[in-house]
Amino acid sequence: MIFRTFEKQELKKLFDILAAHNRIIGPVETGRDRKGQPVYAFADVPEYNDIRLDYSITKLPAKRFFLPFKEDLSTFKIENGDWRKEISYNVERPLIFFGLHPCDINALNKLDKVLLHSVYPMPYYAAKRKNMFIVGMDCVPQPYCFCRSMGSDTALHGFDMFITDLGSRYFVEILTDTAYNFLKNIKTGEPEEVDHIQYMKVVAKRNNEFTTQVDTTDLTKILDMEFQAEVWKYWGDKCLACGTCSNVCPTCYCYGVDETVDIDLKGARKTKMLHSCNLIDFAAVAGGHNFRPERHSRLKYRYYHKHRGFVEAFEESLCVGCGRCGESCLANITVPEVIDSVRGNWRNK
Amino acid sequence: MEAGETGTRTYLGVPLYRPRVAFFEFSSCEGCQLQILNNESTLLDFLSLVEVVNFREAMTARSDDYEIAFVEGSITRDDEVKRLKKIRKKAKVLVALGSCACFGGVNQLKNRFKDLNRVNKEVYGKRPIESGPVRTLEDIVKVDLKIYGCPVKKEEVEKIVLHIAIGKSIVLPKYPVCMECKRNENICLFELGEPCLGPVTRAGCDSWCPNSRAGCWGCRGPADEPNMEQMKKIMEEYGFSEETILDRLECFGGFSSLMGKGNTK
Repeated sequence: MIFRTFEKQELKKLFDILAAHNRIIGPVETGRDRKGQPVYAFADVPEYNDIRLDYSITKLPAKRFFLPFKEDLSTFKIENGDWRKEISYNVERPLIFFGLHPCDINALNKLDKVLLHSVYPMPYYAAKRKNMFIVGMDCVPQPYCFCRSMGSDTALHGFDMFITDLGSRYFVEILTDTAYNFLKNIKTGEPEEVDHIQYMKVVAKRNNEFTTQVDTTDLTKILDMEFQAEVWKYWGDKCLACGTCSNVCPTCYCYGVDETVDIDLKGARKTKMLHSCNLIDFAAVAGGHNFRPERHSRLKYRYYHKHRGFVEAFEESLCVGCGRCGESCLANITVPEVIDSVRGNWRNK
Repeated sequence: MEAGETGTRTYLGVPLYRPRVAFFEFSSCEGCQLQILNNESTLLDFLSLVEVVNFREAMTARSDDYEIAFVEGSITRDDEVKRLKKIRKKAKVLVALGSCACFGGVNQLKNRFKDLNRVNKEVYGKRPIESGPVRTLEDIVKVDLKIYGCPVKKEEVEKIVLHIAIGKSIVLPKYPVCMECKRNENICLFELGEPCLGPVTRAGCDSWCPNSRAGCWGCRGPADEPNMEQMKKIMEEYGFSEETILDRLECFGGFSSLMGKGNTK
């Protein structure tokens, strides 16, 4: 691993160099909520001044750029009684992600395990994933974050360069030769001992700022034991089955495929739509049977996939602890509380 | 090409049957029919799939020989009951088009008044008309298919008609509007301080109103098994009065069967 430091004004130069020939996706402010707090989203950043690197968290993850909510898997042209299939992986040009926090980088690493490194990789994801350049950036922990409990508070890989604010200057970790070559265009220096000391100080300060914890000890076993627990019903009664948690989740990748015919009858398409395991028809099958007609059972299986099934398959959870689902849930269903309740900590309440 | 016969349009080499369709309206603003005509870019394709034989808003020709009747509006008078029954007899398939036809729509708001004569007087003054309590099409006749919305979403109507033409099953979303709203990356209306029925209303409108930062009024009626109890709690939590909630839930009539009940599933 190569480390460098650079003066703060150099960051704009780096941005401009990257933006000269590439599309840059980064955090921007899209409005204010009812309390006057800024609302952030990942979007195209045309100018350095538009990017909000001090963002807390975006409402939605950057997922739509590599796992779109809606994507044509194939289109069909119907002509002269014959038809032709066309496939596009829907990649126009490389994307640069500027300012991704560790949780969102770790989300990509988790998605890679399923969609890139599994027996059946998904080419639509792979094409986009292979064509991205990621500039990671440290965050300020928010009250709803529990990434530290999920081991996602730092990103060890999955980015090209990662920037940490040392206060007076930036510290950058370089993981790829692309990043190294880009950085040649701005003024950087070798980190000195003071930088190392300052880096460790900054990291230690951040580590102390995480306030929400989730106890994941033996969680897979506990989830097995508590399959019939009453608490699932409690959360199920609250759940709106609206799918918001999955849509704001950086790692939810479940989808359905819709086949449609164009109204002029000259074309047709197979469209992939991200779905949610909390929606009423998620487990409905041909013939009309629904394996999970009850809200609480659907909610439960969402937790089982994230915190049990995925752990058994990949030795890590499919949750990065970003807290987006809990923040967006109108019914106030949060991961720390659900897991706490399943662990039996509510029995005495 | 003759209507009602197998037309020249083919799909994957198979000639398509071109059904004769008619559009009718009862107590309504006729805006749903207008939505269909509004679709200029695909109107000709739409018309090549079906033979329209009756459409007062769009053409002068009239025929009572049709197979599919799209019926807009609610039923408020005896002559409407008679006319609707006649349509039902002629049509092989009767489609309720829009919220008035499906739930009574905005019109059914008057049903909450005990004295309908007073309502009539208030609205029509010295020139009263015959207008009784609002009923849905289903209150009078058998309805084969319902297309929700105030107005209907033209893309959805087109898709449904296309599926009728090519023999594909018609599936409406069972989940609530939130799903589409998140896909469209809207900021949640509650977060902006607006009430919204998105969490309990049937999707399919592509979160039309929230896309313009206007909260959902539930015109498409409830999603499958909506969590009404939680919806009410949320409205209260965000500081909206019971009146605000009821105003929205009662506006189009889609939630009338769920009023005052929580869903226990």
